Amino acid sequence: MQAATQPYTQAPQPYQQPHGGPGPAQLSPSLAAMSLQSSTPEALRVVNLLQERNLLPPTPIPAPAPCLPQDLQKLNCNPEVFRCTLTSIPQTQSLLNKAKMPLGLLLHPFKDLSVNTSPSVSAYRKSISHHCTLLFPEEFMYNPVSRSYGEPHKRPEVQNATIEFIAPSEYMLRPPQPAVYLFVLDVSHNAVETGYLNVFCQSLLENINALPGDSRTKVGFITFDSTIHFYNLQEGLSQPQMLIVSDIEDIFLPTPDSLLVNLNECKELVQDLLKSLPNLFEKTMETQSALGSALQAAFKLLSPTGGRMSVFQTQLPNLGVGALQSREDPNQRASAKDIQHLSPATDFYKKLALDCSGQQVAVDLFLLSAQYCDLASLGCISRYSAGSVYYYPSYHHQHNPAQVERFQKDLKRYLTRKIGFEAVMRIRCTKGLSIHTFHGNFFVRSTDLLSLPNVNPDAGFAVQMSIEENLDEMQVVSFQAALLYTSSKGERRIRVHTLCLPVVSSLSDIFSGADVQAITGLLACMAVDRSVTASLSDARDAMTNAAIDSLTSYRQSVLTIQQPGLLAPACLRLFPLFILALLKQKAFRTGTSTRLDDRVFAMCQLKYQPLAYAMLMIHPALYRVDDLTDEGALNINERTIPQPRVLQLSVEKLSREGAFLMDAGIVMYLWIGRNCHPNFLTQVLGVPSYAAVPDNLYLLPELDTAESQRTRAFIGWLRDQRPFYPSLHVIRDESQLKASFMQNMIEDRTESALSYYEFLLHLQQQISK
Amino acid sequence: MAFTFAAFCYMLALLLTAALIFFAIWHIIAFDELKTDYKNPIDQCNTLNPLVLPEYLIHFFFCVMFFCAAEWLTLCLNLPLLAYHVWRYMSRPVMSCPGLYDPTTIMNADILAYCQKEGWCKLAFYLLSFFYYLYGYGFIFTSCSSALRINDSHRALVFYLRMSNM
Repeated sequence: MQAATQPYTQAPQPYQQPHGGPGPAQLSPSLAAMSLQSSTPEALRVVNLLQERNLLPPTPIPAPAPCLPQDLQKLNCNPEVFRCTLTSIPQTQSLLNKAKMPLGLLLHPFKDLSVNTSPSVSAYRKSISHHCTLLFPEEFMYNPVSRSYGEPHKRPEVQNATIEFIAPSEYMLRPPQPAVYLFVLDVSHNAVETGYLNVFCQSLLENINALPGDSRTKVGFITFDSTIHFYNLQEGLSQPQMLIVSDIEDIFLPTPDSLLVNLNECKELVQDLLKSLPNLFEKTMETQSALGSALQAAFKLLSPTGGRMSVFQTQLPNLGVGALQSREDPNQRASAKDIQHLSPATDFYKKLALDCSGQQVAVDLFLLSAQYCDLASLGCISRYSAGSVYYYPSYHHQHNPAQVERFQKDLKRYLTRKIGFEAVMRIRCTKGLSIHTFHGNFFVRSTDLLSLPNVNPDAGFAVQMSIEENLDEMQVVSFQAALLYTSSKGERRIRVHTLCLPVVSSLSDIFSGADVQAITGLLACMAVDRSVTASLSDARDAMTNAAIDSLTSYRQSVLTIQQPGLLAPACLRLFPLFILALLKQKAFRTGTSTRLDDRVFAMCQLKYQPLAYAMLMIHPALYRVDDLTDEGALNINERTIPQPRVLQLSVEKLSREGAFLMDAGIVMYLWIGRNCHPNFLTQVLGVPSYAAVPDNLYLLPELDTAESQRTRAFIGWLRDQRPFYPSLHVIRDESQLKASFMQNMIEDRTESALSYYEFLLHLQQQISK
Repeated sequence: MAFTFAAFCYMLALLLTAALIFFAIWHIIAFDELKTDYKNPIDQCNTLNPLVLPEYLIHFFFCVMFFCAAEWLTLCLNLPLLAYHVWRYMSRPVMSCPGLYDPTTIMNADILAYCQKEGWCKLAFYLLSFFYYLYGYGFIFTSCSSALRINDSHRALVFYLRMSNM
């Protein structure tokens, strides 16, 4: 089928030779024929990384726009939802291999967006229909909105990049399930010591009416230490009845029903239970934890319907099935060589997760422990059942109030956020492209179908692709991610995201379309896999080689004028910085003392977090906050939010006279310089002098001064942009957290790692070999 | 006795290689089913995993037999496969049940492709070994029986000479 030449809304601009520098001279005629967006020559501007010091843009980096005609570009998905590492797809696999950059997609399909559900009447391009016809077999040509068959170009998901509609009954294997929530709580002595139970019960009591669901919603509770305790919440009982099962080797359910009860009918009993639960176990002396048996019991309870299991654990499970040993050697934390024990010790949790996945049960794990808990093994329960892992190291209600606040806020979000049940996701691409590896929390049921017992708005996914057949005749390829799920109200829905990208045949075009953040995110996922299957040092070498190879390829194939120095195209100028940031990230660093659980959690997060938050984890944003002004401020909801510049992560940028905020995703540090202006201290922190800044300050006082309002507005705005709650720590030079703050100063040299400049020199040396 | 221990080994190896060929074909079909989404990875791994150790043990068993029968050439031809089996089993993912295939990683295109290639290579190797054992068995059998015939004709000659001397 001939792709018709596309009428453009404006005449193609005559190609202008920009002043100075090579790069645009190598632009291919294919790009020149399309209406050039002004960013294209800019993306290929040659940058000598050794000479230009200030590479970070002052504002957060936007996603690159694919080089498509205006009307196709409008049809593309929001880049926060669907993003590709290369916005110009190579025509052949050999071309992709020459570019030495990974090709993959990063998705955030269930993001909280207001979805466009009505089709627009915009005009439509034949080349899109050609590709989308490939994606829609005959029997799916039913348009649910216009209730007619045929006409693929009028289908709403083809005209809008993100669309959600009700799924017809062919998409249901069984009637849509109700929302079922089961809470599995550790009540050993250790758990009660940390005080998490109070916070949990309080939080659930407050949010009990906001749990997503309808009149069929069910809840249940299981508590465990060395025995498993079930709670009979049958309507009609005067108070909840606890049933204890001590045979943990062969667990059984004590009563067939009324362990999982309808929330609306038995609400008072549930509330009674939540009020009395912390007191029930106040004096417990049990130190053992039979987590494996509790999970098996919970699975038995949930398997008829499916649903969500939330597990709260505060110590290493040491009794019954699934008991784990303490594998971490504290002396090896700062090892400069390989890190051991990154893979699971037993496949009990993985097998249980697969069983859960088969019954549409997702397991979310909350780990609130001060000791080693073997997250590498425990994390499997969430990873394969599409759950999520929350980690609060050293959680204690008295000693660590910042963690308590974070736990509270996270719980609120967790209990009330949107949720989808018994979901599957299918990612399709134009013929010729195929997906070969998946990253994220799910189970791969077949080569393009992912089984997600629960889908939540905070989960991100990534896939790697390869080019099986040459894309010679195609100008545009499309990708489509379709998520079929049951909403909490029992409706079966499909959400479809579409992305179209141009196909190019020259290396310079590929480089001009490279999305450096997406490449970094995908490399992080690949490195996590490599660390577990091979070794950490292999993964580190692979990351460094990714930078070396891509810059070598640029130098050899795209640049015609060889200059000295480390040359990179403008779109990839931050690539070595991000690679260095990954090498110094908690997940991959060596030589610095890192607890094994912290490391494993960082790895889990790199694979699970959507790209925007993963980038904050990898390369935190640093701002100077003692001199916030309203210049360039945003006006949102009648609040003025100052927009300070993003600074480079180097101690050079810190100043003793200032105060700096570092936003690292799940945690924020407010560092106060020794000679900080007393104005800031009094107006924002409410203390008379530097010495009076308290050690554990994690809340900014709500003072009525302009500076305080600006600072709190800015921090609040940063916090609002993400679904989880970052805790804030105010630190001085003597603070214990100063080390964590300084470890994020990526551009500086440490005893075990190179500085940014030294890393660039190392790259240059490898490239010129 | 027409059969030496070596001939017996070859015959047994022939029969067992037929079983190994069957296993190899089963593997190929199973991975193809996975690739074409015909079967669920969990079910498929549950059928494939129990077959792994029996295959390796059968192969190990012939190596031991050939060692006992002092068939050094055949043993040397089988040793690389034995080493490969040992390496493959040692580097399997953490599993509580015997087997090599983990349903969570088996759908990765590289692992799937590797397992398919492995299936075909093994099929080729087992087919070649089948014919080699057939030839080996035939060779030993004919050399045994020709030795037997020489023996018989020698005895017949001696008998005739004795008879004629009587």
